[in-house]
Amino acid sequence: MADGKLVVEGLHKAFPGPLPVLDGVEFDVAPGEFVSVIGPSGCGKSTLFNVIAGLEHPDAGRVLVDGEDATGHVDHVAYMPQRDLLFPWRTVLDNTTLGLEVAGMSRRAARERARPLFAPFGLVGFESARPHELSGGMRQRAALLRTVVQGRAVLLLDEPFGALDSLTRTDMQTWLEEVRARFGWTVLLITHDIREAAFLSDRVVVLGPRPTRVRREVAVDLPRPRQVELITSTRFAEVESELLAALRAAPS
Amino acid sequence: MTTSHRPPEPVLERTTRRGGTSDSRVWGRVVPPFVLVAVGLAGWQWYVTAADVRPQVLPSPLRVLQQGWAFRDQIWANTVPTLQVTAVGFAVSLALGWAIAIAVDFSPWLRRALTPLLVASQTLPIIAIAPLLIIWFGFGLFPKVVVIALVTFFPITVGLVEGFAATDRQATSLLRSMGASRWQQFRYVRLPGAMPRFFTALRIGITYAVTGAIFAEYVGATAGLGIFMSLQKNSFRTDLVLAAVLVTALLSVALFLLTYAVERLVIPWWRRG
Repeated sequence: MADGKLVVEGLHKAFPGPLPVLDGVEFDVAPGEFVSVIGPSGCGKSTLFNVIAGLEHPDAGRVLVDGEDATGHVDHVAYMPQRDLLFPWRTVLDNTTLGLEVAGMSRRAARERARPLFAPFGLVGFESARPHELSGGMRQRAALLRTVVQGRAVLLLDEPFGALDSLTRTDMQTWLEEVRARFGWTVLLITHDIREAAFLSDRVVVLGPRPTRVRREVAVDLPRPRQVELITSTRFAEVESELLAALRAAPS
Repeated sequence: MTTSHRPPEPVLERTTRRGGTSDSRVWGRVVPPFVLVAVGLAGWQWYVTAADVRPQVLPSPLRVLQQGWAFRDQIWANTVPTLQVTAVGFAVSLALGWAIAIAVDFSPWLRRALTPLLVASQTLPIIAIAPLLIIWFGFGLFPKVVVIALVTFFPITVGLVEGFAATDRQATSLLRSMGASRWQQFRYVRLPGAMPRFFTALRIGITYAVTGAIFAEYVGATAGLGIFMSLQKNSFRTDLVLAAVLVTALLSVALFLLTYAVERLVIPWWRRG
């Protein structure tokens, strides 16, 4: 536990209303590991993410990043929300540098830092384009670039491909698998998509219904680098059905 | 649709049709109001001539134009002060609107404190207040600025306040996760995001501004289209009153169109997507 990049300890959170949301959620993410969180809808994944991102305080429990207490602090984790939220009044390049500018970096320095990432993110030539000129997949890659360039310890991705059509989504998943291997990011992904979780993750954390806690952790021991063909393999199907069983086991 | 009439060259046909659509779109917007106005004026002219109405009661449109032209120096001399008053009044209104909207955006307490007062300010019967303002502050600039600000600051303030408040909650979360202060959230997201609404509010405000100026002058002024109308009415120069009304309408329309030009300069990203 202690050497985890991200450690979540006994998180409790309740809002005014009938049921508490988080009921002692705990898990950890090792450096360079890709962990997904799945759970029945309405189980409190978003609350969990807001707490890990430092946007909300838990009622009890801690969030540790690199052994440091990051509970309620926003500067350890880079957060990518569901919608791309690229702002129409900024160019694509200036959208990606927003986090750096907010952190006090000069616009020029921020641009110099973001520009080299445009090639691996497949966005070369679109630096001065406006967001509406990009395709759905490109917009998500730009949003991810904006997340990554902040240079934070952990990436927190909240259903980043949820709004894409299935073909684009598959493309994005294989692309993400590639770039992540290359950059060695530590990623925590929230998703509804069991296949996505199985394809991308080293480990999947399965949450129970609200008030939620971790039901199971499923290690995904599929070889890397992973390609689309993997999806049709027997082993992949086994992982998928294991995840499905873990989700179903959670009574609702 | 038109291909049944002229089938020959498909390529040429397509280009002309495409050119035609954008043209006809512009025409489609410009022509109908002009047709309506022309029909109305023609009817008016016909009625005045046919029924032999006295010009003191209802002058014909042609007479309005003739007399307006004949008195152009005097009308222009009164247009300039009206424009000045409008500009100063609207500038004050803008400054006030921005100041209130920003303050309200940063302070929920101020929002609760000011909202009822803002609404109450709009229930004041200006028609009764304006003469009092003249009594209190005289024929100078100040009472007119007050009247213009009173009628125009409300739509501007409300437009801005709602524009700031309409900021996407996820966008706010994103900015917060980046470590943005409240001021940075305002600067990077809330302010630019509110601009489209601001320009809509600006258009509403500016159409009221000229009328507000005329009204304030009507009650009492040394110069201006409002007092010009008032004086001409008293000497039964209905034609000159209407000529001044025409100038007022033209001014309002010109200022209204100007907001689109400013909008294009300030937020070129809007209306493109």
